[in-house]
Amino acid sequence: MKLIQKIGILLFLVGIGTFTLIPFLGSYQLDKETVLENTKDIHQEKMVEVLTPMYGEVYHSNFEFISSFKTNFNSFNDALKEQALWDQVIWDDYSFPLAKEALSSPVKDNPWLFLMLSIGLAAIGGLLYNLPKHQNEPAGVKNNGVFHSSMKNRGWMGMITGAYLILFYIILYWFPAYLVNLVAMVDPISLLLSGNPASQWFLYGLIYTLAILVMGIRMFRKYRGNKYQQLRTASVMFFQTAFAFLIPEILVLFNQPYFDFKNIWPLDYDFFYAYQIDTFLSSGGVGMFMLIWGILLIIIGVPVFTYFYGKRWYCSWVCGCGGLAETVGDPYRQLSDKSLKAWKYERVIIHSVLVLAVVMTLLTIVNYFSGFSLLGNVTNQLHSFYGFAIGSAFAGVVGTGFYPFMGNRVWCRFGCPLAAYLGMVQRFKSRFRITTNGGQCISCGNCSTYCEMGIDVRWYAQRGQNIVRSSCVGCGVCSSVCPRGVLKLENNSEEGRINELPIIIGNDSIKLNA
Amino acid sequence: MKSNRHVVIIGNGISGVTCARQLRKLDDQVKITLISGESKYFFSRTALMYVYMGHMKFEHTQPYEPWFWEKNRIDLMEAWVSSVDFDQKSIKFQSGDTLIYDDLVIATGSKPNKFGWPGQDLMGVQGLYSKQDLESMEALTRSGVERAVIVGGGLIGIEMAEMLAYKKIPVTFLVRESGFWNTVLPKEESELVGRHIKEHHIDLRLGEELEEIISDENGKVKSVRTKSGQEISCQFVGLTAGVSPNIDFLKNSELETNRGVKVDLYFKTNLPHVYAIGDCAEFLEIPAPDRKPIEQVWYTGRMHGETLAYTLAGKPTAYRPGVWFNSAKFLDIEYQTYGTVPATWDQEYFDSFYWEHESGKVAFRMLLTKNKEVVGVNNFGFRLRHEFFDRAIKEKWNGEKVVSNLAKANFDPEFFAPYHIEIQKAFNFQFGTSIHLGKRSLIQKLFGASV
Repeated sequence: MKLIQKIGILLFLVGIGTFTLIPFLGSYQLDKETVLENTKDIHQEKMVEVLTPMYGEVYHSNFEFISSFKTNFNSFNDALKEQALWDQVIWDDYSFPLAKEALSSPVKDNPWLFLMLSIGLAAIGGLLYNLPKHQNEPAGVKNNGVFHSSMKNRGWMGMITGAYLILFYIILYWFPAYLVNLVAMVDPISLLLSGNPASQWFLYGLIYTLAILVMGIRMFRKYRGNKYQQLRTASVMFFQTAFAFLIPEILVLFNQPYFDFKNIWPLDYDFFYAYQIDTFLSSGGVGMFMLIWGILLIIIGVPVFTYFYGKRWYCSWVCGCGGLAETVGDPYRQLSDKSLKAWKYERVIIHSVLVLAVVMTLLTIVNYFSGFSLLGNVTNQLHSFYGFAIGSAFAGVVGTGFYPFMGNRVWCRFGCPLAAYLGMVQRFKSRFRITTNGGQCISCGNCSTYCEMGIDVRWYAQRGQNIVRSSCVGCGVCSSVCPRGVLKLENNSEEGRINELPIIIGNDSIKLNA
Repeated sequence: MKSNRHVVIIGNGISGVTCARQLRKLDDQVKITLISGESKYFFSRTALMYVYMGHMKFEHTQPYEPWFWEKNRIDLMEAWVSSVDFDQKSIKFQSGDTLIYDDLVIATGSKPNKFGWPGQDLMGVQGLYSKQDLESMEALTRSGVERAVIVGGGLIGIEMAEMLAYKKIPVTFLVRESGFWNTVLPKEESELVGRHIKEHHIDLRLGEELEEIISDENGKVKSVRTKSGQEISCQFVGLTAGVSPNIDFLKNSELETNRGVKVDLYFKTNLPHVYAIGDCAEFLEIPAPDRKPIEQVWYTGRMHGETLAYTLAGKPTAYRPGVWFNSAKFLDIEYQTYGTVPATWDQEYFDSFYWEHESGKVAFRMLLTKNKEVVGVNNFGFRLRHEFFDRAIKEKWNGEKVVSNLAKANFDPEFFAPYHIEIQKAFNFQFGTSIHLGKRSLIQKLFGASV
């Protein structure tokens, strides 16, 4: 390893270390005004009263503050619950906004400095490590030592990475109040972009985008000389930065609804939720455009683009989840399970999620048009179940946290309802296939090993069959790693797309139907 | 033919396994046993190098999961065969056990050549063919190897060099011929590969032969001496001067053998109910004018197995190979060939067209008869479509037609450089033709790689 790469790793680790320590800094002090400012009108009176014991106290860590908040708040709620006074219970969680306001810390005072020392150093370190990669080497497949690597083959480094990611996701989704220091740190960027202070989702979006950019550069190095890989990497970097991160924030700056123009239902599962529809309908022409655009993508965009190019147009060129998987997740692609059993589980689980998303959305729409007279509470409970189990636990904790254990496409393969929809179009009505080059396969297994979707590509290639599978995201890595030039991603006529060759090209001994 | 007859296949390489699979497809009743001492489950021999280099784990080289064999009722036996009693139709194992067959298929593959070099059996000296060879190489090169010497410039030699380079072990590569693999590749192609070998910092010595391998006091290799008298200190020697049929256990039996087991075009040996396929079979008459009596390639092994299965299923079928094809990868450079392109040809009967990219890593050769009919192509550093050339060569397209349609033959990924246009230009220049040059779409022009 070159010196500059070692420095890169060091900076990266320092950055991650700072990032991990930041939540523990500073102290917390709550007063009445803060509570008034950060609670809904209907809760103000109660909250001010409930939290009275906290006023004037100085808490020296987030743990102390949150624990005191919980003690006071829970004793209030629990008493109501015991008396079954359900309508008086406060269901809103005010711990995050109150903790953020109550915080005083060096991070809050010097956000740019800490931003530089944490996320900044990690990003710069990542760049220093990635940019010199494979210099003075001819272009070619760069998989040397993948299975001898502790990081990439479920060794201790992979385990630690996975555990860290899982922990981060759990805190981010369910305990964001512990992260207020980090959120305060990115406030200035958020203010610049949207004019609003940051939420934990802004923090997450920023890290997510930077991770895709830094690891996208790693892809450029790794796939030097491979234009297909480079272009699709550039594409996901662009869509993440512009469409998922910047444009929605800038829309907010101009008082328009926050909207990611490339997110498509049912991946974007709350697109038809009442508050979303209300936002679209109350935002004039722009809101209406967003609503129509979103619906057109679902009913026209997906089938038409998938017919011509396969689901890759979305999954490995546009999608944000795909973008993370293809860049940050690329070192783990070989860990996906290729067994027939895994494929059976995959089909059951992903289609169950699709059914769940469709049913939930239909209920939501029916509910909306019936003026919430029907199924009001059922829909809400379904929404919170879906948001918890699928939106957070599956897509986030498992989807990304499990990269180092089960490969980089766990969510896309087993969970994403949009992938299921795209997959059905790809399987049954599309021009896309991976063509097998006659009889050239030597069954080596590189294609299957490096398929992130766990497709046993070799199973088809060694029979001379084209690969037509609903799960294929068209990343093209099977084709890249094939040592004999056997695989090619193609859009071509539907005729002969699925081929059964009893005898592979090159053997004239057997005459069929002769 | 009795329906519950027992077909026993010795060897679970590509030919034996293809034969077993195909036979099961054609005959639901027959009992099939596949014997191997090397590995219980079929694996891809060509992928052993990738296990060494950490691209894959050994299990990834196995094309079928364990359930596959049970489902298809192909019994696997992990055992080494010591001899065969052809009169009793009985196979004897090293363990002392025996197994009775009705039909026997010998598919035992090859073993690395050793030409009686002094010191060829020292510790630290080996070939690379079997799973055991891989394990031995991993053990021998784990530490303490400051230099390795590879003897013999073929496909396994260059694989071994690449493997050792992964371990950062400096390699000296002794090649007897004056150019790398120039018994197969024409001069320009051989030179192209030779340059690429050197680009990878491998010390390629052309026209250099092994004289002897010298031992240290513990029976381990410490150096080699070449024919030119040079002594090269090394701790590992790879012997990769080709392979020969692995049939020692059948010598001195009534089975007729020469270098391999002698077979006719139905893979029948001189004994009834005994067949041989793959690397270990030697044809009494060559199956086609451009073929050799022993075919030692993955693809031919597969076709042998495929064809014999029909005969075993009661549909006697002679081996009639189609248009030749092969492929390999030399470090980073992929190579494919379709049809016949020998290392040299008689200029009285053949015209050659050769194009090489200025990088020196991409090349295309087409051999034509004097009537301008295509007989074969070599391509390096880019990919061409098998189906296209199978047809073009079978139908004897003229060179102009082939080159005009080259865009359709392109098998490179999308957005890759359009080498076919350069080839068309070069062809027009050499043969004075006026082939319309391929055009790039706007998207290709904007985003695609340039030549």
